[in-house]
Amino acid sequence: MSEGKIRVLVAKPGLDGHDRGAKVIARALRDAGMEVIYTGLRQTPEMIAEAALQEDVDAVGLSILSGAHMALVPRVLDLLKKQGQGKVSLFVGGIIPEEDVSALKEMGVAAVYGPGTSTQVVAEAIRAAVEKQTA
Amino acid sequence: MRPKIDPLDLAGKILQGDRLALARACTEVENDTPAGEAVISSLFRHSGQAHIVGITGSPGTGKSSLVNRLAKEYRSRHANHQVAVIAVDPTSPFSGGAVLGDRVRMRDLFGDERVFIRSMATRGALGGLARQTNALTQLFDCAGYQLILVETVGAGQSEVDIVRLAHTTLVVEAPGLGDDIQAIKAGILEIADILVINKADHPGADATERSLRMMLELSHQRPKSMVYHHHNTGEDSRAAKDEEPEGWLPPVLRTVAIENRGVSELLDEVAAHRTWLEANDLWQSRERQRVRADLQSLLQERLFSAWRTAQPVDLLEVMIERVMSREVSPFEAIEQVLSGRG
Repeated sequence: MSEGKIRVLVAKPGLDGHDRGAKVIARALRDAGMEVIYTGLRQTPEMIAEAALQEDVDAVGLSILSGAHMALVPRVLDLLKKQGQGKVSLFVGGIIPEEDVSALKEMGVAAVYGPGTSTQVVAEAIRAAVEKQTA
Repeated sequence: MRPKIDPLDLAGKILQGDRLALARACTEVENDTPAGEAVISSLFRHSGQAHIVGITGSPGTGKSSLVNRLAKEYRSRHANHQVAVIAVDPTSPFSGGAVLGDRVRMRDLFGDERVFIRSMATRGALGGLARQTNALTQLFDCAGYQLILVETVGAGQSEVDIVRLAHTTLVVEAPGLGDDIQAIKAGILEIADILVINKADHPGADATERSLRMMLELSHQRPKSMVYHHHNTGEDSRAAKDEEPEGWLPPVLRTVAIENRGVSELLDEVAAHRTWLEANDLWQSRERQRVRADLQSLLQERLFSAWRTAQPVDLLEVMIERVMSREVSPFEAIEQVLSGRG
């Protein structure tokens, strides 16, 4: 019997084509010992939720640079909840204006990270959030 | 970390087609938990129907794209069937983490509720699959999936565990990846039931096909049950009765997965291979081989851990030290342990 790994979906919703940040995060979480399911560019909220379900992930990280976060994030949260994955922690990274950050957290986002955030901080936060899920 | 799982509840939901329950069961099976075993045990009588197809080959030959197209083509032919994809990628030997990226090439399958894709990390196993890939395949079989496509890690020459798991093994090549001598080396080409030259629109496809055909003529064809495995847990002399008659010459097919060319013909060959296996009673004998290998490795594992927990001291650790100091050889150490003189 072996111990389970933390499984994280890293997804890039929206129409912009900049996935460098998502790839850097995927790599950093791998180096933190997590299993990262990377789904690539231009994912719809429905595709993200479906992948989160099939892969039974503990956390979802969204990289959003397009400015569409206030439309995309609630959709993903809603779909996760509807399919019985309300406990999955959602993290958002990208360029998010200050005033939107608190609104996103209000909706249920675990944390929002801007440019320059240390990847170690992100990995630690995901680990802590996943450990808390069942406590 | 995770809430406690009720395996019987999970099994019941899986039979009703609850996909989240299936996903949770996948996690339990992958983590090799008692709950995972219990789910499979309670559903096991439903299994034995699935056609398990392995897809292997070097990195960059387009295995994921091909799996994507094969699943789509199969679904267009069989409206009521379900397809599972198990995509295996390597675990980092340094951190124990992994980036599982095969889904990137499988986005066409989104929106089809009868397709289930599961990514899996090798977690240290070396044969091209994870240790629990076999059990995960059983789970999808139990859940009523008719076709299970198992994509191995980008495999080079000796990652041939897939042949023990799959009924039909596709080896995917691409032009320009190796010279003629690669094709006559032992290993991965020999396990192919079907050889696929993907990216066949690239230059060099003719040369690749020529060298593959030459290799086939030279090697053709050893019974599958005599395949030598590097950990050699599966086969013994009793496997000899499972030998296959000759008669299946692996076809060489050309595909361009991203343009969906040659995929329909490839699926025809996959179906033809199944028909051939069944017509020659080989379906059963491959199953028997698989069950034998499975039971044998479970038995080894369980006997070892039972032995280990029955020792008053950790004899293994004691023996490691004695071998390290060159007091005894590994053979003498085991001899002493087993004869009770340790």
